[in-house]
Parts: sequence; C-alpha cells; structure tokens
Amino acid sequence: MIAYDPCAPLVKKRGGDPVSVAARAASLLVAFLVVVGLGIFVALYYIGGQSSLPTIHYAASGGQVNVVLQEDPQNNSSSKPDWVSYYVQDPSNNQWVHTTLFSVPAHTKVNVTIYGYDGCTPLRNNFFSQVQGTMGNTVTVSQFDQHGKEYVTDQTTSVINSWANCNVGHTFAIPGMNLYVPVASPNAQLSANNLCSSSPCTPSGNPYAKETFSFMSPVHGGDFRWQCLVPCGGGFLDGNGGPMATIGYMSGFMNVVSS
Amino acid sequence: MTTTQAAPEPRHGLRLFLIWIILALAADLIIWFVWYPHMPPGDMSTSAHHQQFDIAVLAVTGAPVVIFVILYFVYSLVIWRAKPGDDSDGEPIYGNIKVQASWIIGTTVIVLWLFVFGTVELAGPAGAGAGEGPSPIWTLAGTQSATWSPGGNIMLQVQVIGQQWTWTYRYPQFGGMESTQLMLPVDTPVTFHVTSLDVIHSFWAYQLGVKADANPQVDNVAYTTAKALGSVTVRCSELCGLWHGAMFNYGHVVNQTAFASWASGVQAKEQSDGVLAALPPYALTYDPTVIPQLGSALGTIDGITGASGFYYPPGDPVQP
Repeated sequence: MIAYDPCAPLVKKRGGDPVSVAARAASLLVAFLVVVGLGIFVALYYIGGQSSLPTIHYAASGGQVNVVLQEDPQNNSSSKPDWVSYYVQDPSNNQWVHTTLFSVPAHTKVNVTIYGYDGCTPLRNNFFSQVQGTMGNTVTVSQFDQHGKEYVTDQTTSVINSWANCNVGHTFAIPGMNLYVPVASPNAQLSANNLCSSSPCTPSGNPYAKETFSFMSPVHGGDFRWQCLVPCGGGFLDGNGGPMATIGYMSGFMNVVSS
Repeated sequence: MTTTQAAPEPRHGLRLFLIWIILALAADLIIWFVWYPHMPPGDMSTSAHHQQFDIAVLAVTGAPVVIFVILYFVYSLVIWRAKPGDDSDGEPIYGNIKVQASWIIGTTVIVLWLFVFGTVELAGPAGAGAGEGPSPIWTLAGTQSATWSPGGNIMLQVQVIGQQWTWTYRYPQFGGMESTQLMLPVDTPVTFHVTSLDVIHSFWAYQLGVKADANPQVDNVAYTTAKALGSVTVRCSELCGLWHGAMFNYGHVVNQTAFASWASGVQAKEQSDGVLAALPPYALTYDPTVIPQLGSALGTIDGITGASGFYYPPGDPVQP
C-alpha cells in the first residue's frame, strides 16, 4: 500500500510528444465537416431528391383547366402491380400516365373528371361521404355497365353515402383547400364479376363511374398534397399503408403555378 | 537575503458566489419581465396561460443552476488552467463537507419545489390542457347539458377525431354534426374527447395549450377555456405516417353568438343533406364499425345505385 506523501514531488504527466493544438483543431474540424457533409448528402439525396414521377401540366383555356384522372383496382407498374392506383391523363396526347403529380394555374377554375373503375369500399369516417369544397358543394355522377350502357346519367348530388349503398370507390381530398370529394364506384354487383383487370382501364368491357366537379385553384402558387381517405391499402395496417402511403398511387401533389 | 512569498490564494468561493448572484438575478429579471410575456404558447386560453406561467417559473428556477454550471466551468478554465510548462497533476481532493452538504440540500430543495409546484399546476387548471384519459381526476367546472346556448356557462363538448391524415370535429350538442373546422366560443368551458379511427395521433391545439393523444377506441379527455378571439393551429404531434407533417388545420375562437349561429347552420345543412343520418350515433369513442345501414338491400340514393358492402376492420383490411 502506498501512503500519500504531501512532500513528494508532483508526478509528471505520462505519454509521448503532445499533439499540437493546431493539429487537434484541424482534426476536429475535419471530423465535423465529414459528419455535416454526410447529413447534407442524405438529406439531399434521399429527401430532397428529384422525384422520378412525371408531372402532368394542365394549361388554362378560356380561364378554365380540365383535369382528368382515373382510379383503378391495380396498376401497370412492375414492382407493385396489385396496388390500387390513380392515373393522370396527359392533355397533350390523351395518354394515361401512372403518376399522381399534376399542375394547374393559380386562380383558375379547375374542372375535374374522375373515372372510377375500382369497386366500392365503405369510408372509415362516413362524414367524407359529403362533398365539400367544390363549386356548389356538389358532384355530378354517371355510371356505366360493362357493356357501355349508361344506367345513371348526370346525377348531381352533395352526398354519396358510402355506407348505405356502397357507392364510393375512393376519395379525392385536398385537405389544405378543404376539398373533400367522394369518388363514385360502379355498381357493386356489376363490379363483383367484371371489374377492370388491366390498367390503365378503358370503358370498353368494364363497368365504371364518371364523376365531374369544379373548384377554384388557390390565388397563390404552391404544392397541395392530395390523398384518398378510403382505407384502400389492402393488407396493410388499418388499410392506410402501401398505396395509401406512397406517392404515385393513392396520394400525390397538385402543383399550383402562379403566373 | 530576501525570500519571495507566494501570493495568498484569492477567496474563489466568494468570488464565484458574487458573480453568480449578479448573473442569476439579471437572468431571472430578464426572463420574468422580458421573456415571460412572449413565451409559448401564449395566453389565449386558461390552459395556455397556466403553461406560460409554468414555463416562466421553471425558467426562473433553472436559470441560476445553468448559470452556476457554466460560470464554474468558465472560471475553472480561466483561473485554474495549467500554466505553460507546468505538466504536474493537481492535488487530490478528499472531500468537503460544506460542498457536499450544499449540493445535497440545494438539489433536494429544487426537486421538492418542482414536485410541489408541478403537482399544484397540474391539478389547479384541470389537467393544464393535457389529455387525462377517459376518467379525468381533475375536471373543469361548467354546467353539463345536452344542448348548448350562449351565456349559460354550459360546458361545450367537442369530439376530436384523428384519421390518417386529417382532423374532424364532432359536436354532440348540435345533433352530432361533424366539421373539418374547429370552432370554439370564447369564455366557454370546453371538454375535448380525443380519439382516432386508425393509428395513434396527437391533437395539439397549439395556441390553446391543449395536447392529447388520439388513440383508437379510447376517449382521451382534455379541458380548456378560450379567453381570446383568434385563430388556432391544430397539428398532429405523433408521427403517424406519410402525411403526418401535413396533418394540420386551423380553428377559430369566436364570440358565443357567432359560434351558436355557425354550429346551428352546419347542423341544419348536414341534416338537410342527409349527412347526419349517415353518421354513426354519437359515442365517446368513434366506432365506425357501427354501420346500421350496411346489410340493407340494394337501394338507391340520389339516383345512384349500389349494393351492400362491407367495412374494412382496422386490423384486417382486405381488398375486394
């Protein structure tokens, strides 16, 4: 046991030649810059990176713009072909594009047409059976059978009750604009055996609903997210995973372009 | 022959104490008189007002502690740093009764003070705007009534419903009408019944100082009384999926007459549109599986035909 001796000389520090302050500071700076650089790389590459999805641009004509969408029970992607999905029609060639990104001019009347090829699914909150935020708070619905016969013609309504009659396939909602639109499905019994099975769907041989409504785009530009409120992500927690939580399927952005 | 005597050590303790007391006093005065009036979440409601007071008191309590730690650190670096060429170690320390006693007594007093203050401030303002679960032990005073009208200090019941990724609000005293807008009357005790239709969300009405988790099949109760007119930002404060960051909307505190007019108007419209009849009966937890309409025969509504469908149970969604 070594006794403490207050008179003993102070012990010299051990170790070799000390690293200079400048070298230590430089090492710290380099380490700091590496960490910050990695953080910025991850943020830019994974979060802020350019989307691979195309954006469909709609130009105004006569103060209006016509947006055309369809929702299908499947899609033509190679990775997730069984996911329910929206499509956007390119106005330049009328081709359906598998994307959920589109742009419209600011402060313009937007006329939307949605072709509903998917079958019905009750809303989790039937409150969204109510049409909100469109001009007149209504939509106009037509329904067709697989032979092209129009069995409901241009019915204008403010409610499509998804619980009473299972008429709602999905919804088109832009919460930031307080726009909530239930999208009609074709008749459930017709859908049961004749649902479109190849996307993008066409009216030929498939029952479908056609729904139209209008709203004014915001005065100022910006990105407005839109989504479906039907829990249509089959096989995922609460039905809200998968296509519901993936841009390009059941949610996307409406880019409002200010002039 | 002359001998050089080392200069006597200054009284470091006294020095530190004097510097500390001046800095701590200055910091506390700045916190209380300059920062406090601007502290979040403001004082738009009783719960927000209490939270603002609590944060100010905690800041005044904590600032002297923080200042002491930083002061001691800086003082040590400046006064007790090694001189050039001095590679020796410092003298060993074997204990100091005064320092140890001061530390134990000081920290005990601070912790006990925070415990008592925190408890009083949680109980006094009826939970301070936090969710208290389905059976709150601290309740807010107000007249319970099945209907609501201005001027009677009647407790307004508001059900807050979270779903991926939007909020809606249901008012049982107005026929169970539902809205995407949170409207509240000023100077009125409000009970929020916070719930969810799917995953866990969290209702955070920032300016009202109300924050309560929204759990499926749970009625999480929170109270407040709005004391000023204005807008309220409602955010989800529980990571809930892709659009969690966009899950917000705005509410408004209006005068009691304007609120009654708005609520009655929405109720009348939803009644005439058939929306009220389409909603499940009001319950403290929002159970969308109660769908009396399902199973009915093929029917029509507004000329649009359909057929009976089925509801996707939350735990087992399936695609038709």
